[in-house]
Amino acid sequence: MATIYIDDKPFEVPEGKNLLETCLNLKEDLPYFCWHPAMGSVGACRQCAVTVYKDENDKVGRLMMSCMEPVRDGMRLSIKNQQAKDFRNNVIGWLMTNHPHDCAVCDEGGSCHLQDMTVMTGHTYRKYSFDKKTYRNQYLGPFLNHEMNRCIQCYRCVRYYKDYAGGKDLDVFGAHNHLYFGRAEEGVLESEFSGNLAEVCPTGVFTDKTLKQHYTRKWDLTTAPSVCHHCSLGCNTIAGERYGTLRNITTRYNGEVNGYFLCDRGRFGYEFVNSAARIRKPLVRSQLPEATTKEHALQEAAGMISKGRVIGIGSPRASVESNFVLKTLVGEDNFYLGVSEPDHDLVEFNLRVLRETKAHILSLREVEKCDAVLILGEDLTNTAPMLALAVRQSVRQQPLEEVAALKIPLWQDAAARELIQDKKGPLYIATFNPTKLDEVATEIFNATPAEIARLGFAIANKITGQPSEVNDLGKAEEDLAAQIAEALLLAKRPAIISGTHGGRESIIKAAANIANALHDKGKEAGIMLTAPECNSMGLDMLGSHRLESAFAVMEHGEADTVIILENDLYRRACSDEVNKFFEQCKNVIVLDHLHTPTTERANVLLSAGTFAESDGTLVNNEGRAQRFYQVYPTSEDLQESWRWLMQLGAAIEHKQMLGWSTFDDILPAIVVAHPELKGIERVTPSADFRIAGQKIPRETHRFSGRTSMNAGMNVSEPKPQEDPDSPLTFTMEGYRGQAPSSIIPFFWSPGWNSQQAINKYQEEIGGPLHGGDPGIRMIEKTEQSIGTHFSEAPEHFQPLADHLFMVPVYHTFGSEELSAQAPAIAQLTPEPYLILNVTDALELKLEEGQHLTFKIGELMYHLPIKISMTITRGTAGLPVGLPGVPFAELPGWAILNKDLIWKQKPQAIS
Amino acid sequence: MLTSEEIEKIEHEISLVPVRKAACVEALKVVQQHRGWVSDDTLKAVAEFMEMSTAELDSVATFYNLIYRQPVGRHVILICDSVSCWVMGYENVREVLSDKLGIQYGQTTPDGKFTMLPNVCLGCCDHAPALMIDNDLYHDITPEKLDEILAKYA
Amino acid sequence: METPLTQHIVANRPPLSLKEYEQVGGYQSVRKVLKQMTPAEVTELVKASNLKGRGGAGFSTGMKWSFVPMDVPGPKYLICNADEMEPGTFKDRLLLEGNPHQLIEGMIVAAYAIQANVSYVFLRWAYKLAAHEITKAIQEAYDAGYLGKNILGTGFNLDMHLHTGVGRYICGEETALINALQGKRANPRAKPPFPQVSGLYGKPTIVNNVETLSCLPHIVNNGAEWFKGLSKSEDSGTKLYGVSGKVKRPGTWELPMGITVRELLEEYAGGMKDDVQFRGLLPGGASTDFLVEEHLDLKMDYPSITKAGSRMGTGTMIVLDDKTCPVGFVLNLQHFFAQESCGFCTPCRDGLPWVEKILLAMERGEGKPEHMNILEFHTQFLGPGNTFCALAPGAMEPLQSALKYFRADFERHITEHKCPWK
Ligand SMILES: Cc1cc2nc3c(=O)[nH]c(=O)nc-3n(C[C@H](O)[C@H](O)[C@H](O)COP(=O)(O)O)c2cc1C
Ligand code: SF4
Ligand code: FES
Repeated sequence: MATIYIDDKPFEVPEGKNLLETCLNLKEDLPYFCWHPAMGSVGACRQCAVTVYKDENDKVGRLMMSCMEPVRDGMRLSIKNQQAKDFRNNVIGWLMTNHPHDCAVCDEGGSCHLQDMTVMTGHTYRKYSFDKKTYRNQYLGPFLNHEMNRCIQCYRCVRYYKDYAGGKDLDVFGAHNHLYFGRAEEGVLESEFSGNLAEVCPTGVFTDKTLKQHYTRKWDLTTAPSVCHHCSLGCNTIAGERYGTLRNITTRYNGEVNGYFLCDRGRFGYEFVNSAARIRKPLVRSQLPEATTKEHALQEAAGMISKGRVIGIGSPRASVESNFVLKTLVGEDNFYLGVSEPDHDLVEFNLRVLRETKAHILSLREVEKCDAVLILGEDLTNTAPMLALAVRQSVRQQPLEEVAALKIPLWQDAAARELIQDKKGPLYIATFNPTKLDEVATEIFNATPAEIARLGFAIANKITGQPSEVNDLGKAEEDLAAQIAEALLLAKRPAIISGTHGGRESIIKAAANIANALHDKGKEAGIMLTAPECNSMGLDMLGSHRLESAFAVMEHGEADTVIILENDLYRRACSDEVNKFFEQCKNVIVLDHLHTPTTERANVLLSAGTFAESDGTLVNNEGRAQRFYQVYPTSEDLQESWRWLMQLGAAIEHKQMLGWSTFDDILPAIVVAHPELKGIERVTPSADFRIAGQKIPRETHRFSGRTSMNAGMNVSEPKPQEDPDSPLTFTMEGYRGQAPSSIIPFFWSPGWNSQQAINKYQEEIGGPLHGGDPGIRMIEKTEQSIGTHFSEAPEHFQPLADHLFMVPVYHTFGSEELSAQAPAIAQLTPEPYLILNVTDALELKLEEGQHLTFKIGELMYHLPIKISMTITRGTAGLPVGLPGVPFAELPGWAILNKDLIWKQKPQAIS
Repeated sequence: MLTSEEIEKIEHEISLVPVRKAACVEALKVVQQHRGWVSDDTLKAVAEFMEMSTAELDSVATFYNLIYRQPVGRHVILICDSVSCWVMGYENVREVLSDKLGIQYGQTTPDGKFTMLPNVCLGCCDHAPALMIDNDLYHDITPEKLDEILAKYA
Repeated sequence: METPLTQHIVANRPPLSLKEYEQVGGYQSVRKVLKQMTPAEVTELVKASNLKGRGGAGFSTGMKWSFVPMDVPGPKYLICNADEMEPGTFKDRLLLEGNPHQLIEGMIVAAYAIQANVSYVFLRWAYKLAAHEITKAIQEAYDAGYLGKNILGTGFNLDMHLHTGVGRYICGEETALINALQGKRANPRAKPPFPQVSGLYGKPTIVNNVETLSCLPHIVNNGAEWFKGLSKSEDSGTKLYGVSGKVKRPGTWELPMGITVRELLEEYAGGMKDDVQFRGLLPGGASTDFLVEEHLDLKMDYPSITKAGSRMGTGTMIVLDDKTCPVGFVLNLQHFFAQESCGFCTPCRDGLPWVEKILLAMERGEGKPEHMNILEFHTQFLGPGNTFCALAPGAMEPLQSALKYFRADFERHITEHKCPWK
């Protein structure tokens, strides 16, 4: 620790940090632009100037850029001193020489870092009287708008996009005051993390294009803390609404999960909520085309339930609460996990590995700090995008040690990068196909699932020094395994990343073995496993039967009625099977947000609120339970699935559900029924939580138009809707201070209207939010962790004549069900295709783009091929979840038969 | 896109530096020498050869004023516009030249022969005003000498 | 009077070939340091000689070298800064075109002192003749075994490459130069870390000016005391001085350090042309403060000029006469600096164009009284440390001193709504 004097007041602060970060940690208002907590300092903008004095006798001092100066014991500085204030004021003056005075029409207005800093420095009058520069803007794709005139040349965008996120197609052009930040030519930004530019850019150059289509100022949004539903990582988000439509998603900082950023799927996937395909009212098929009232729908469904023999099918994209209430409603024996057969096994296995591992279960943010990473079977950019971004940071860890050794602070970003050059720490990637992360990898191993698992087993054996459990391991694989084992053993914090997208338990087994082996060698080894969907883990922790059994039960006539929770079964099983299942059902009750082939089968369709219209808990891939909140009040026709199900319970006077009416009624019951979910009731404060007797408002105190926004319908201002489920209100009234970390609806602090207000909410810059980061881990390593060693390494992959072994290929944009329905995402979703090995293509006499017809199970496919040099012969890559690619159990065999003739008939699923 | 001659020269430059990208300015110089300027297509070809993204290379290319990202004439006239030449009256020389060629800074004569650009101090201040045409330096220029100088460029 | 640096330079004659250069004692210093001295001894010698960098900042060369960590593994680099683009500066050109072997010899000495095995000459694009001569000389030096592997059988290796720039004055700033050499945008780097610790490709690097390096063979051959004795002041050695503007005999001369401004102006440059009067001068390139009549008897060395509120800079002076508008003069300079700003930091990127626009407005008769204040605050706030590198502070030097010495002329532009010289 060091003592520094800020305006003559002493403070005890940690050494090694820079003055800017230190001042911000002390909650001083010190303006800045180019510094970013995740990216360090470069000293470009000169906004953060302070006066630094030699000693207490020095009355003049000297201006220094606080972001570039390390804390030294006894240091004296002044933020308030006139010279520093004047300088900072002039910096804004300079920036304003070319910045348009267009706040009133600028998308950034009201959440603009530049606006905040302008006010903070007291720059009020313009001295500059000459012309301003103007620029042409670029089309950058469906996500971001570009308005270069507003640029203040802070270089944050390029530093984020290139240096941090590894993007290639955004840069700075020109020199002196003719600088242009954009692409070499117009076009869609290539990075899956481009949306962060909207938050990284301190002004309105890069702004959210989806928000622009229904633009609302930050202060006019009704916002709530939410959790991303578009992959298993559970990044924290803030969802904003106005006039009943969801307007945007921004990052909700979580020091352990997503930090400052989101991926584009997570940021722009929200548009499905506003989709025309939304189910906004309940429907009873027999009554069509008459509209159905809520009461009627409930009555109808209750009738079916009380008369029938009912089963329930849960969903990995529905909350723990909704699944639990369904399970309670139908009874434990009649509840089925609505996931495909492979996912069922893989998630269960994930859970087992996490419960048994002796290695540390990594959080997303911890991955950034790991100094050697092995990825088995996951194309992270497409299966868990933010994890790929974290891995990109991890490869800097080892080289950064050299920087530290030279006593150069790591926040000296340019200096650190220069010293490192393009050195990368160890990263080994074993996947079926090349991935975007390959460019930062030490070695890449493209092979079949079996070969990947075999490599993994071999690595574990190398680490323990035990004889190989892998039969006839090739020399190349053996050497690679030895190399990887050595790299992992040399690291301080090696990470093993795998998960369910490789489609094979053996791959996860290998990952577990390696992590345990490293642990046994005294390493601080970490493991991270991805899961298929946002609540796959939570659903599995509720435990239940296979979907296959649900089909069997129906087939054997043991049941006649099914309740399907937020699930499209056509994405879980082969369409023939699902069709057969529905044919055997007498009554089908479906709860969902969007029309799907499954909702087509519903006799009663209940309009379920999306994440934005619901409260709920998700358990992410690492076992972290996180709560998302309803953002805005809805009409009574649209409500949480769990509420529908509770009301059904009430209608049939279900004994276990007696007295259940709010969210908080469910949590204790979950804990009683599932002790392993203990803690879930503490994830957030309960609905009766108050600060100073007040609830937390979802609206800012500047929220406008409340009395008039609905005047078109009713001139008298209606009483605001109550929120019985949370300590949040749907209004602007309530506690104005900082809410506990798990219920922060927006980041705001006096003078800090932009996202940068986050600084005021953290215990330490870049560290945990005050009171700890939100979310509670349901799985933690305990003394009992036994670290099972799994044996049975698979045998070599053997190609089969007239067959292709299909491996799954995932897409950031398109593979996930809900986000794929968002128009901006849909624009970037690829057309269906099949990846084929070049030699196989040659033998099949196929050229790039020509169609191949094949059969998986009973289902025929007819897809244009993409030729690959890397995919193993005898295997092929089939995109998962893309519109136009029907479900198949992957990996699995497809039959190529000359007799297969593709008839242009409508598919079971389109 | 790149000719074998260009590739050979660029490869040589790459061999002199420890990091491939470090030769990118040299590579741009090579193609500019052969083609007069660096078109978008040329830039892309060089970027690919240098294993850089187009944006990254263009970011470098557009920083330097002597990498021409727009077509120039067969001969580029660089007029020193710095202080010693200014004191010694270069503006007069420039105006006369401008009239003779019928072009302003940044323009090319209709016959594609000359492009006229301003340039910082040519390091010839004791013999101001100075200008360069291609690789040739001319100093102690007076408007009267211009015809003779221009005549050398067929 | 000894003129070690230029003794073998004869106007309009090609430079000495390697053979000729050897005949007049060339490369002796290389033999001496490589065979008889340790790197530390060379550095000590140069420190003792009190050689100050001739690139403009005047920092002790030996001292600079001594910051290179000698015990770290991996390459080290030596770079000769031959980017000479400072307006009014034309001294390095003389050495580059006139005696390239002297420079190469100096570079070998410097490289040995810091144990660099790779060196670069970063030459500005416009110096075509220099490029030709250096290329030839480097080849000769390789052929003679002064460069390459195992030089003179001593086991010391040194490669030397010529790199020509593609414009941009900022490339002369040593860290920007390093970025330029790495094929990047030539934005300067923050210091610390200094290039001595983390320079080219993140490795220890020394950047020295052409003239600085050219001094080295003579210091090695004749000793530190001899070098000090060349001077008439506390700074040692000789210096290449230059004069441009409306003087009778503009040119460059090698003279003892500490010669007076008046001697230079009147004796060597022959005084002002007949039809003009002296008003002031920038003593060492565009980024130095004006000196006026009262300063003419100052010694042209680093401390004396600094004491007078200016800087010795490159030692090549630009003279302002009474027939030339001082506002126009400063406008020309500010246009230069604004345009040559790299665009990285705010005050320089956006402040300099503002200054330029104001001066232009003044020249057009559109100046306003409040413009004076704006110019003043720029001189105040674009000072050293406030901007990312020394370009903008350099730009402010002629402006702030012009506002001091020629204030009335600025004000006349405003009150008369025109340039009185037009
Ligand atoms: C904007 C700017 C331009 C510069 N240009 C040159 C130059 O052209 N030549 C040069 O030798 N030094 C130049 N310098 C000084 C160099 O940064 C550096 O100090 C010098 O090359 C060191 O050599 P020395 O120690 O031998 O003087 C410049 C500095 C700045 C700030
Ligand atoms: S576009 Fe935005 S982030 Fe990029 S330099 Fe300009 S102001 Fe900074
Ligand atoms: S924040 Fe310190 S210079 Fe930009």
